[in-house]
Amino acid sequence: MGRYVARRLLQMIPVFIGSTLIIFLMMYALPGDPVRAMMGDQAYDPSVVASKRKELGLDLPILQQYWNYLSGLVQGDFGTQIASQQPIADVIARVFPVTIRLTIFAFAFVSIVGIGLGIIAGLRPDTLRDRGLLTLTLILVSMPSFVLGFLLQWLLAFQWPIVKPTVQDDTDITQLLLPAIVLASLSLAYVARLTRTSIAENLRADYMRTAVAKGLPRRRIIGVHLMRNSLIPVVTFLGIEIGNLMTGAIVTEGIFNVGGVGNEIYQALIRREGATVVGIASLMVLIYLAASLIVDLLYAVLDPRIRYA
Amino acid sequence: MPDKTAEKVTTATGEPIPAAAVATDAGPAPAKARSLWSDAWHDLRRQPLFIISSVLILLLLVIAIWPGLFTSASPRQADLAKHYLQKPQWGHFFSPEWLGYDGQGRSIYARVIYGARASITVGVGVTLCVTVLGTFIGMIAGYFGGWIDSILSRVTDVFLGIPFLLGALVVLNTFEKRSVWVVILALAFLGWTQIARVARGAVITIKQADYVMAAKALGASTTRILFRHILPNALAPIIVVATIALGGYIAAEATLSFLGIGLTEPTISWGGDVSAGREQLRNAPFTLIVPSVMVSVTVLSFLMFGDAVRNALDPKLR
Repeated sequence: MGRYVARRLLQMIPVFIGSTLIIFLMMYALPGDPVRAMMGDQAYDPSVVASKRKELGLDLPILQQYWNYLSGLVQGDFGTQIASQQPIADVIARVFPVTIRLTIFAFAFVSIVGIGLGIIAGLRPDTLRDRGLLTLTLILVSMPSFVLGFLLQWLLAFQWPIVKPTVQDDTDITQLLLPAIVLASLSLAYVARLTRTSIAENLRADYMRTAVAKGLPRRRIIGVHLMRNSLIPVVTFLGIEIGNLMTGAIVTEGIFNVGGVGNEIYQALIRREGATVVGIASLMVLIYLAASLIVDLLYAVLDPRIRYA
Repeated sequence: MPDKTAEKVTTATGEPIPAAAVATDAGPAPAKARSLWSDAWHDLRRQPLFIISSVLILLLLVIAIWPGLFTSASPRQADLAKHYLQKPQWGHFFSPEWLGYDGQGRSIYARVIYGARASITVGVGVTLCVTVLGTFIGMIAGYFGGWIDSILSRVTDVFLGIPFLLGALVVLNTFEKRSVWVVILALAFLGWTQIARVARGAVITIKQADYVMAAKALGASTTRILFRHILPNALAPIIVVATIALGGYIAAEATLSFLGIGLTEPTISWGGDVSAGREQLRNAPFTLIVPSVMVSVTVLSFLMFGDAVRNALDPKLR
């Protein structure tokens, strides 16, 4: 087990470097200059711009810049935001907790409601209940989150005013409820469908028939035999979805005006602040990779047939 | 009709299945042996999901190709006197004022009709690019194995490590003017990994098949083996993934355009129109709701189509 984890961690390094390099190259190698963006519409002296670029290391070859960036990153230095002169680490420390709160909230929603609905449908495949749920999830999947976001905002904030249209205070759980539901909807629908398929398939498995023939109580058959076998693919999917939820927050945070990572990344993109975008993106890539590692390790816990040497 | 299709498809795939034919001859009901494709087509025609989604998709394609058939109004003609002024006129079907006017006094109905082309072109374009690129990379990795496979698989991992929406934002943000083609290439650049993985898996299974051995023994060239024997047999799972992904790409384009980082003017896009009307959610909800509904209906049609194709080609996954 220890060796497996070590090997996986080593394999993560080139993937991490590759992914961040691609984002870095796209952010820097293409037109648009953060120093010029900082000057805005002011008239500027070319020599001032040049010295500023030198000071920020923007005149170095691109791979050299990447290397400097990466070595700073390893030491926990994300660089400095050019416009606000704040260390990016501080910016991240300010906005990440907000998004993490929103993501955890959405993730809980996806796991509990998604798996719950999937179980309800999967236990009685091809009934009206099952068909209704499949239709409902299909509709949820086909609504991009901005559509669902505006629809709920319009219905719940303007038509029947029961919630505030935007989030005023992002530490208030009740205000984060609506954004979390919108963020969760797509993953929730996929999780419900996946759980349903997995359960419906396992219901026909031989071990289920054996368990019934042994005279085990229904609660044990479903709660232990069926669930443990059916939820393995669902767990994989949930692990991958953590990363997708965090990027999906870019849209949801925009609609509901939540001051999290999504908002920050969006503002930075418009200001062409590569360092902020790459910094947040690197963290997201790390979360992605860590989640996939945890999922693989959870496999061994859930399925004793899998052993890692 | 079914026989004709069956014949066409079997010759297209070039893989007669003698074993199945022998089995059916021996069976009590001497049904004609059908290839995977004619079997799938037979199955598809009986699915209500397929019929409904095909009709919707055909309608959307007609709208995308000949928008002028559906409205006489111009989507770009702005009349500020009508600025959010008119509520939808439900009785006036298909007239410019049917669904009201947007912030610049343009007919919302004309806007959504003309917006179809961009969405559908992006969806179909990305899917085609991704399928060709992903199949090619996956096929090479799966067939040759060894260090080629190691390199290509690591590259796939690197691209998989980039969250799709975030990557698309970064790529597209580097372009000032973003036409349909820029958006297609950007999404394809990030999206090919899924198909590559599926194709690689399928090719690894197929290359051990007896008919590949036979072709090799007969001295067939690598290109011939890849394109005549392996590709046709690996196509089913690839097509399943691709058709399901199509709806997702349309949703992705709408989301990016909504964020202001997708299609730019003068291209008319549903996502862009939703974003333009967002300040008016309280006063003029129709400026947002109409294009939102169009996006959802389009994505839904393609998802249902994908589901139907999957049910037909891969009954195990149902």
